[in-house]
Amino acid sequence: MTQTEQSSQDVKLSCRHLWKVYGENPKQFFSNGATTKEDREKIYARMLETSHIGAACDVSFDVHVSEIFVIMGLSGSGKSTVVRCLSRLVEPTVGEVLFDNIDLLKVSENELIDMRRHKMGMVFQNFGLLPHQTVLENVAFPLRVQGTSKAKRNQRAREMIELVGLQGREHAFPRELSGGQQQRVGIARSLAVEPEVWFLDEPFSALDPLIRRQMQDEFLRLQKMLHKTIVFITHDFLEALRVADRIAIMKEGEVVQIGTPADVVMRPADAYVTEFTKDVPRVKVIKVEDFMRPPAEGLSESAAISGDTTLEELLPRLAKSAGPVAVSNGAQVIGQVTAQDVVTALASAETGDTAGS
Amino acid sequence: MNTIPTDIDAQPNRFGLPADAAAWLAVGVIMVVTLALRGQHAWLINYPKEWVIPVADWVNVFMAWFIEAFRWLFRAMSWLISWPMEAIRITLQWLPWSATISVIVTVAYIAGGWRLALFSALALFYMVVVGYWPESVATLSLVAMSVPLSLCLGLFVGIAAFTWRSVDRVVQPTLDLMQTFPTFAYLIPILFLFGFGPVVGLIASAIYAAPPMVRNVILGLQRVAPEIIESGQMSGTNSRQLLWLVRIPSAMPTIMIGVNQTIMAALSMVIIASVIGSSADIGWEVLSMMRKALFGQSFLAGIVIALLAMVMDRISRELAHRGPVDHDAQASWLTRYRYLVIAIGAGVGFVVLAQFFPALGAYPKEWTFYPAEQLNQGVNYVIREYGSTLDAIKNNTLFYFLLPVRVGLENTVKPFTWGFDLTSTFIAFYAAGVALAAVLAGWQWNWRASVVVIILGLIYYYGTNGIPWAAFIAMTVVLAYQVGGWQTGLLALLGFGFILTTGTWVPAMRSVYLCGAAVLISFIGGSALGVWAARSDRVSAFLRPINDTLQTMPLFVFLIPVIMFFQVGDFPALLAIIMYAIVPAIRYTEHGIRSIPAHIVEAARAQGCTKRQILWNVQLPLALPEIMMGLNQTIMFGMAMLVVAALVGTKGLGQAVYLALNTGNVGEGFIAGMSMALIAMIADRITQAWSSQKKAELGL
Repeated sequence: MTQTEQSSQDVKLSCRHLWKVYGENPKQFFSNGATTKEDREKIYARMLETSHIGAACDVSFDVHVSEIFVIMGLSGSGKSTVVRCLSRLVEPTVGEVLFDNIDLLKVSENELIDMRRHKMGMVFQNFGLLPHQTVLENVAFPLRVQGTSKAKRNQRAREMIELVGLQGREHAFPRELSGGQQQRVGIARSLAVEPEVWFLDEPFSALDPLIRRQMQDEFLRLQKMLHKTIVFITHDFLEALRVADRIAIMKEGEVVQIGTPADVVMRPADAYVTEFTKDVPRVKVIKVEDFMRPPAEGLSESAAISGDTTLEELLPRLAKSAGPVAVSNGAQVIGQVTAQDVVTALASAETGDTAGS
Repeated sequence: MNTIPTDIDAQPNRFGLPADAAAWLAVGVIMVVTLALRGQHAWLINYPKEWVIPVADWVNVFMAWFIEAFRWLFRAMSWLISWPMEAIRITLQWLPWSATISVIVTVAYIAGGWRLALFSALALFYMVVVGYWPESVATLSLVAMSVPLSLCLGLFVGIAAFTWRSVDRVVQPTLDLMQTFPTFAYLIPILFLFGFGPVVGLIASAIYAAPPMVRNVILGLQRVAPEIIESGQMSGTNSRQLLWLVRIPSAMPTIMIGVNQTIMAALSMVIIASVIGSSADIGWEVLSMMRKALFGQSFLAGIVIALLAMVMDRISRELAHRGPVDHDAQASWLTRYRYLVIAIGAGVGFVVLAQFFPALGAYPKEWTFYPAEQLNQGVNYVIREYGSTLDAIKNNTLFYFLLPVRVGLENTVKPFTWGFDLTSTFIAFYAAGVALAAVLAGWQWNWRASVVVIILGLIYYYGTNGIPWAAFIAMTVVLAYQVGGWQTGLLALLGFGFILTTGTWVPAMRSVYLCGAAVLISFIGGSALGVWAARSDRVSAFLRPINDTLQTMPLFVFLIPVIMFFQVGDFPALLAIIMYAIVPAIRYTEHGIRSIPAHIVEAARAQGCTKRQILWNVQLPLALPEIMMGLNQTIMFGMAMLVVAALVGTKGLGQAVYLALNTGNVGEGFIAGMSMALIAMIADRITQAWSSQKKAELGL
């Protein structure tokens, strides 16, 4: 997995062996604390007998600083439960949630409120705006509950409203706005306190496809400016591929695969993931850096492309040049690709073989 | 939620009968045996006085001690409350009518625009012109004082019940009891504890009007979308901020419905409380005129109550619908508070003007228009001209419907009433007719329908008075158990057990008879109107304002027209109950049919169903749960009106409560009130369980 590629001090938020079980007495399954794969099977069997439901089962992952970490799964896969465990909106049954290496599950109610006031922001699928407050009041609300003065919080709220492009609608009420506009308010509100970690729970799922597309672009634009650490929940695989640095795919409470979009598409972990990848146009997902080779000596840097160029963008370039195309990180040449490499990468992605390496 | 019993039909016992049919057979056996033996054993019909448990005396002893011990406390509270109450009353009475009206009309304008402002102005002006302004203001000041008390009480109890499960567990049954407890019965202990005076009406109405607020607060808080609460939590609210800044404002639309209902209930109770005659308000005016048989006068005063109710209802409802308004920080102080400025300006302006034009302060007597005498003459004319028709309607209903239901055919069929004596041939024909109807019902539907027909036939023959109590209790308990499970069955058993052993069986049956008769007519008539309204937009548009008006009316008002034309007795009471109780039957039926998904009706039409087939095979079965809820509400409304109907001389529990109020017998009042509440609760549980059972069967 790619987690090992980055050093551990870059980890902003992580969860370890996180379980959320619903039922009469969910704690009963975790008396000995061990959760190997074998234990898990036993626990599932016992949960089934006692009519308990495991919404999140032994979930572990790290989210790195300034990374967009997407949790993707169908409804009922437990993705919403996991993101709520990360912010402790839902109390996990067992496990650890480490926020800057502090176990969030051990902090007191007041410390938790303090962390939410300063370090976390969250965007909700159905916006969760307060119906009795104007756009301005909604965006200023997180500052208001902290006790920020009215002048100060309104100024900050105006900045945020401008950031999401809603200037002029400060005095509108949520009911007077379109879905897309309401979600912009939700985004502005979640950013008002300058959070370090930004949770987005299916932020665009309630919107029309065209608006959704616009909002994704908007979101990526914001992230380019803000560099937040992001946990992004979606049930839309294509959306996940579009916005993610890394994706965790969940099924029935378990994480079945974690990897970059290209990882997931080119090397799906099991039949379930393969099913999602079937209709994905490879050329849009696979990037040059996913399959480039070490550069040959004396390759000219003049016409170099960057590593995050998709195949779709690369193809016209390859059509024009006869030889290999140089890949550069802006300072020096780090690799090269040829037309043959592209064909190999695409072919292996179709069959599911491991490519390039 | 009531548990829905599993299909008992599936397990036949050793007689080869389904268990629930066997239960009805047992009821039949009890019925036959008790009826056969009633000649020798009178106690089968009349529960012996010696067996009565003296609960009423116990309550009286307890109350005597309690009042002795705590009178000082309640008197002190009463004294404390009387200050702001007097202040409000004196202020309102000092204010020129023109000033008060202009302020209220401004509020009406803010709430609902020109139309509501005009309506309010005309309604209030009517009160001035007929000369009832001082009385109206007295009522208004009581309501103005009791509503805030009630709202605060309701808000805090609602929040507590929402926050703590243990509180909720106490509050819910208390609310059920309070909403079925007869209105007059509230007054008795309050009268004792707080002494005579307008404070009694104030406290009674503050307590009586709180339950709708409590219910709507709980409901509203529960219904706030989880995402809104989560977004509040993620904004970093602590629990207090979450409640006051997120939960309560988000629940405001539902809470405002509670405010509207509370205002209406408070007005209703203030009017009813005037029976103790301690304040010169408009309710007292109606009542005393009614007692003097001055119908024109009581009618004119009754209209004042109706108008007050309509104005209060419309204004508070429109205020509830009005969303939040943004106070743009850039706007000047004057534009932001322009309505407040207009209201105060108009008020002060008229106060000043009244100094120069006294007519604006106290409306001159010689300008009043009080057509009471003309009304009386009109009514007398109608009675003179159409007296025989009115009598015929009244007597026919009495002889062929009310009397048989009360004392049975066996005591009704006499030469004076039916024109002949009860002969064995007649009895044989009657029995054969019922048997035939039962067979037909069983053939058309199922054996349950036959049981219903047989029971109705028995009641019509023996009367609610003549059915042995053991058989009646067995019948109700079996029905309650089969529809609502053992809890409902137990409630029915204990409830009727209480009524029997405390010696209120006879008045209770008297109430069951009158209420049952009124409910039957209201339900059948109301459902028919509801079906019609569901199929015709024009009928619906015609009925809606009528229903709205009937539903906001304080119960008192219904008595006036019936008393004008039919004097006192069971028949005018029946009419009054029907007028009030028919509304939910209409509404629920129409709503039930109209809310059936269009695609189901379209599918039926596509299969070639006629309109009549669609109604009987698709719409009515699917709307049945909703129609059952209509029946439920019809019963509740009927019970509420029954108490007030005691004022027109009906006998039964309502009268018992009313008498207890007049004689100051707390124990009797409690027993009668409790009996009434129990009957209402049992009926409520059975119909609700039935409705949810049907709902579950339909998969809704």
